[in-house]
Amino acid sequence: MIFFRGVSKTFGRHAVLDDLDLHIERGKITFIIGKSGEGKSVTLKHIIGLMRPDAGTVIVDGVDLGSLGEGELLALRKNFGVLFQQAALFDHLNVFENVLFPLEEQGAGLSRALREQRAEEVLALINMLSVRDKYPGELSTGEKKRVGLARALSSKPAVLLYDEPTTGMDPLVSEMIDKLIVEVNAHDPQMTSVVISHDLKAAMATAERIIMLYKGRGILSGSPQEFRNSSDPVVRQFFAGRVEGPMEFF
Amino acid sequence: MRALPLLSSIHRLVAYLGRLAVELPRQVGLFMLFLGEIFRQLLRRPFRLGSIIKHAEAMGNHSLAIICLTALSTGGVFALQMAGLFKVFSAENMVGGATGLALTTELAPLIGGFVLAGRVGSAMCAEIATMVVREQIDAMEAMGVSPIHYLVVPRLIAAAVVMPLLIGIFMVVGMLGAYSVSIFLFEVDQGIFLEKLVALVGHNEVIKGLRKMFVFALIITVVSCRYGLQAEKGAKGVGVATTNAVIAALLGILFADFVISYMQLRWSL
Repeated sequence: MIFFRGVSKTFGRHAVLDDLDLHIERGKITFIIGKSGEGKSVTLKHIIGLMRPDAGTVIVDGVDLGSLGEGELLALRKNFGVLFQQAALFDHLNVFENVLFPLEEQGAGLSRALREQRAEEVLALINMLSVRDKYPGELSTGEKKRVGLARALSSKPAVLLYDEPTTGMDPLVSEMIDKLIVEVNAHDPQMTSVVISHDLKAAMATAERIIMLYKGRGILSGSPQEFRNSSDPVVRQFFAGRVEGPMEFF
Repeated sequence: MRALPLLSSIHRLVAYLGRLAVELPRQVGLFMLFLGEIFRQLLRRPFRLGSIIKHAEAMGNHSLAIICLTALSTGGVFALQMAGLFKVFSAENMVGGATGLALTTELAPLIGGFVLAGRVGSAMCAEIATMVVREQIDAMEAMGVSPIHYLVVPRLIAAAVVMPLLIGIFMVVGMLGAYSVSIFLFEVDQGIFLEKLVALVGHNEVIKGLRKMFVFALIITVVSCRYGLQAEKGAKGVGVATTNAVIAALLGILFADFVISYMQLRWSL
């Protein structure tokens, strides 16, 4: 469904992605993991065409993103929902308006009443109807994440991308978000979920596929079980959470 | 040993000039692309009337007091200076006409433009830059929404309408300041003050000033939004973008003022 073929991306002299090949399957929860600075968020931005590769191709549903103009890219992005690291809610809109935003802007062919009904449905799905009139500044970090998820879900995207959904969260909120990821996928089995994370516990508990990035390349792609049983020394070191080992930190 | 610092300075100068030679055309090219995109998005639906009205209200209401204060002071001080000068030639009666002409064609759009660049332009830039820092622009693009269509176009239309109106108010209030100074401090005859004003300042002069402000409004908005959207991540990024936006807008206004004034004089536009 989503393919990276020989994708490279360099910032200054730092090669963040280096001839990266990866495949994300439809309808599954795929975790892209790796230590900080390995290009996980850059990979996510390539999936939705917010960044273009210096070399290589990104193919989504058979379409090479590099061949699309800005207008076509904007249209294609309507198939995606993204939960950003800091939720990225619009400060000038209240919770309900934030969730309504993609429906209003993408003109999903729904009447105003149906759009509002859909926004209420997704807010109810994540138990956030009670804060519908609050503004983002009045919400806790966990609440913002949940509203961000509701907004990402509102337009019924084919692909849902999560950028570090549990970073900076306390363990309870983290677990709640992990459960939400599973519930959301169970709610719509056709939906593809891609989670960028360095939270190994969440990946092992939630993922159906795990892709590990190291030095800009995918060094492992498989099930959590395959990840656990990998003999790759870098994977083993990351899994064990040890500082000593072959993994380079700087 | 002494040659080393000199060589180092030359090396730095050459490196700076090299960077400038590459960066300047690149920035100009990017700015042109930005202008082209704004023009393309201006013609696209939906027309965000609600957003335009909201921005127009914010720009107008929040700037009215500072515009009136600046206008009163500018008109008063200019009349003071003119009256002092004309008194030498026993021509105090010309104060009304001279001040009116200067205010409408030059002082109101230029000083008003500066005030609006500081008041409205900086707020616009800081607001958009903060959205960049908080990934809200990325979120917008990820939802298939053009930030230029959603953020820049409504501001541009609002500024193009509201800023010339504010400058119209600047002209009127500025003349009130000049009138008060002339009548109460220099005892100029009211009738003569108004007669000279009407003789020298017609609707052409007012239109010249408003036309200038229309161009300045476009400069302020485009420059502020461009710097806002280009802001680097982090709190420092917002500050740097805002400062640079105001400086660039002021320089843009000065340059445009010269070009328009020259064109108005040369071709009587």
